[in-house]
Amino acid sequence: MSEEKPSFEEAFQELENTVERLEEGDLTLQESMALFERGIELVKYCAQLLDEAELKVKTLLPSSGEGYKLVEYPDEEGIS
Amino acid sequence: MSMNVDLEPAVLTVSEVTRYIKDLLESDLLLRDLWIRGEVSNFSRSTAGHIYFTLKDEEASIRCVLWRYVAEEQTHLPADGQAFILHGRVSVYEVQGAYQFYVDLVQPAGVGALYLQFLALKDRLEREGLFAPERKRPIPPFPRALGVVTSPQAAAWRDILHVLERRYPLVEVILAPALVQGPEAPRQIADAIRALNRETDVDLIIVARGGGSLEELWAFNEEVVARAIYDSRVPVISGVGHEIDFTIADFVADLRAPTPTAAAAAAVPNAQEYKATLQRQGGRLAESIQRQMAGEREDLRYAQETLLRLSPRAGLERYRLRVDDLGRQALSQIEQRIALQRERIRSRTLQLTTLNPQATLERGYSITRRVDTRVVVKSVVQVAKGDRIGVQVTDGQFEGTVD
Repeated sequence: MSEEKPSFEEAFQELENTVERLEEGDLTLQESMALFERGIELVKYCAQLLDEAELKVKTLLPSSGEGYKLVEYPDEEGIS
Repeated sequence: MSMNVDLEPAVLTVSEVTRYIKDLLESDLLLRDLWIRGEVSNFSRSTAGHIYFTLKDEEASIRCVLWRYVAEEQTHLPADGQAFILHGRVSVYEVQGAYQFYVDLVQPAGVGALYLQFLALKDRLEREGLFAPERKRPIPPFPRALGVVTSPQAAAWRDILHVLERRYPLVEVILAPALVQGPEAPRQIADAIRALNRETDVDLIIVARGGGSLEELWAFNEEVVARAIYDSRVPVISGVGHEIDFTIADFVADLRAPTPTAAAAAAVPNAQEYKATLQRQGGRLAESIQRQMAGEREDLRYAQETLLRLSPRAGLERYRLRVDDLGRQALSQIEQRIALQRERIRSRTLQLTTLNPQATLERGYSITRRVDTRVVVKSVVQVAKGDRIGVQVTDGQFEGTVD
């Protein structure tokens, strides 16, 4: 996998491309094996993302000045 | 008697005149079926559940009755100090000698105006192109960060969170709290949409509110909200009220969901479905590679067979046999030849033996040679007087001089 972990969408897209390329054929066995291994890796990665994900929620609140600030939800100001 | 009768004014009982008035009023077409606009006061409810109040304007008032069974069917009930438009008939309450308005339908007076306002704004924004279908942006299939504009106190927010958690917990949720009803609501909703666009990197926004009356949903019919949705950098899904409620926000939004729950479901994919898809993809990968490997194996086997068939080894084998054969033939021929030669040599030897000069010598002949040249002397002319000659006989030779 690349250094920064790809998003589910990126990984899933790459998986679809990988499956398609592999199914198209016209590849050497070595190329196919590499694609196959990459594909399996992506399947595992995507499944893991889905299995381990926990919904992260933040609240966007006007801050004391002009702007806004992001705080964890439920935030300390008691919005719950 | 009859004259008396004629002369004397007719005297009616209270009941008689009251019934007469009542009949008069009830036979009037207008009074039998009319709308009255006015402000409610003196609202009271009897122990039996009937509602009594006065409807008034600046110069007059009229007593109103709302029977319990009618009141139970109303979506709105009169309240003191508020303007209403009421439907009913005018009749007389004989006991009190009072004409009254018997109400069968209650509508807040504001509704008509609001609805007109709604239609006018809808028409204007539509002509301006805010609802244009070609302007609707596609909802990203896998939103990374989702902004939600709603009231955190409301059930709608709970519903949305629940759906997101269940369907697609990969998404990051950013709540931009806003009042969703009351005079502050439109501004707050619009500000929240703008803040999400400006301050965060959400790629999709839900604007939501649970069900309510037309007035309660009114904030979503305000132009400032419509503009904020239209100006949003990222697509907006509206989920306001129930299935039957349509607001201006719904028309401007890139996608209109009938409820907050439906909005959340429309915003994210279903992870459970993706799990199944992932499994299928894994299966396709395996099938594909197995197919190719089977193919390669088949190719390999074919190539191997071809190679074997075309291999020079098979030819070599044939040549080797041929060489062996030839070798054997050659050998036997050579042996034959050798035998032949040997035979010849033997016969020559015999011949030679017979032709050997020694034999001749033994028969008494001799061989004379010039000593100087070793040339055999076969003629007298070969020698002259004084030449030295050698004579060979069987057991040796001797020399002499020609005289």
